[in-house]
Amino acid sequence: MSAPDPATPRLAIDELIACPRCDALHRAELPHAGERAICRRCGTVLIAPRAGSYGRILMLATTIMILMFGAVFFPFLQLRVAGLRSDASVFDTARAFAGGNMAPLAVAVALLIVLIPVLRVLLISYVLAPLAAGRRPARHAAAAFRLSEDLRPWSMAEIFVIGTAVALVKLADLAQVVLGPAFWMFAALVVVTVLQDGFMCRWSIWRALEAER
Amino acid sequence: MPLVDLAGAGGGTLSAEALTSAREAGLVGCTRCTRVWPRGTRVCGRCGGALHSRRPQSLQRVWGWWFAGLICYIPANLYPMLRTRTLLTVQEDTIVGGAIELATHGALAVALIVLIASVAIPVAKFMAIAYLALNLGHRARLTAHRRQQLYELVEFIGRWSMIDVFVVAILSSLVQLNAIATINPGPAAFTFALSVIFTMLSAQSFDSRMIWDRAA
Ligand SMILES: [Zn+2]
Ligand SMILES: [Zn+2]
Repeated sequence: MSAPDPATPRLAIDELIACPRCDALHRAELPHAGERAICRRCGTVLIAPRAGSYGRILMLATTIMILMFGAVFFPFLQLRVAGLRSDASVFDTARAFAGGNMAPLAVAVALLIVLIPVLRVLLISYVLAPLAAGRRPARHAAAAFRLSEDLRPWSMAEIFVIGTAVALVKLADLAQVVLGPAFWMFAALVVVTVLQDGFMCRWSIWRALEAER
Repeated sequence: MPLVDLAGAGGGTLSAEALTSAREAGLVGCTRCTRVWPRGTRVCGRCGGALHSRRPQSLQRVWGWWFAGLICYIPANLYPMLRTRTLLTVQEDTIVGGAIELATHGALAVALIVLIASVAIPVAKFMAIAYLALNLGHRARLTAHRRQQLYELVEFIGRWSMIDVFVVAILSSLVQLNAIATINPGPAAFTFALSVIFTMLSAQSFDSRMIWDRAA
């Protein structure tokens, strides 16, 4: 990213980019694929294009959906004590709380670890599928991408994975506890989500949405 | 196409300090898609997001959520997070009590994780947000760059305080073995979750561009 050149101080407004973190103005220059343009003042990544990224993001989105399906219905912890067995899947957890006075807690947990991540994947796929196929953006694609970006901090599957591990240790005295298949699916989900995020250049997507409108 | 005079406020040198901000150039930058528009534009033509040179009432919102978070954080520490009922006993654990319990059973590393996620991070977060909100512009002792890093740390790490809420949810769904043992969430689970959510909203309300504004 270059600072505005003082020799040619007058630039068209759409050649400029303002850092969302510190408001510094730069002239937008597309870096080579794999390279990143960062803010000269605060170091925020402004542009990070990846060749063929739309296709890869869509592939990873499909992977996330499949993993999430398993992660919800398989048990993530299994407990054995005095001949009794207890399995807990995310689905069971949500159902167990649905009636009681802890229903708000159950709803919050279901939102944070399942519904919001799934919604984000759907929104991203909706936005990128037409772009990957070289077609015009879908209707309301900008609003969909905005919502997906707003929901990003509220998608907490990775925190749930660590929570499961802590719960496992807490229960170790009380009973014999085993990690269930869903734990590993959640763990894989976290890795795939991080990969997907790495492929996503927000600036490129916004510009593609604008150019094709 | 409107043309922009960039030589104006920033000066001719290319040092980081001399960079012009969109506001100084009479423009407004979109914080979602980084597109730049003439000052006074209301909605970004690229992404459809609302445009604000600096988010209005940013600090009021920061403090509003901050106090809401603090008010929820106090009962979260006083009331039990977990109620464990076994054949003979009923045990209630607060956040700190639960961590001590873990430590006495030898699980030091996990006790440490719980203490960091549920005590150290929330407390540090309250202090960091207050520091950032009270030290805008160039009056602060930390450089703008350091404060920006602090803000990014707060944003990144704040979500991790949710660990304890998830642990409570997991334990109470798993341990429902009628006669032998049941674990149920205590009132603190709810207020703690609210406290984490409110402080996340507080951090999100902060417009980090204010960190970099030259003193008026
Ligand atoms: Zn910047
Ligand atoms: Zn925009």
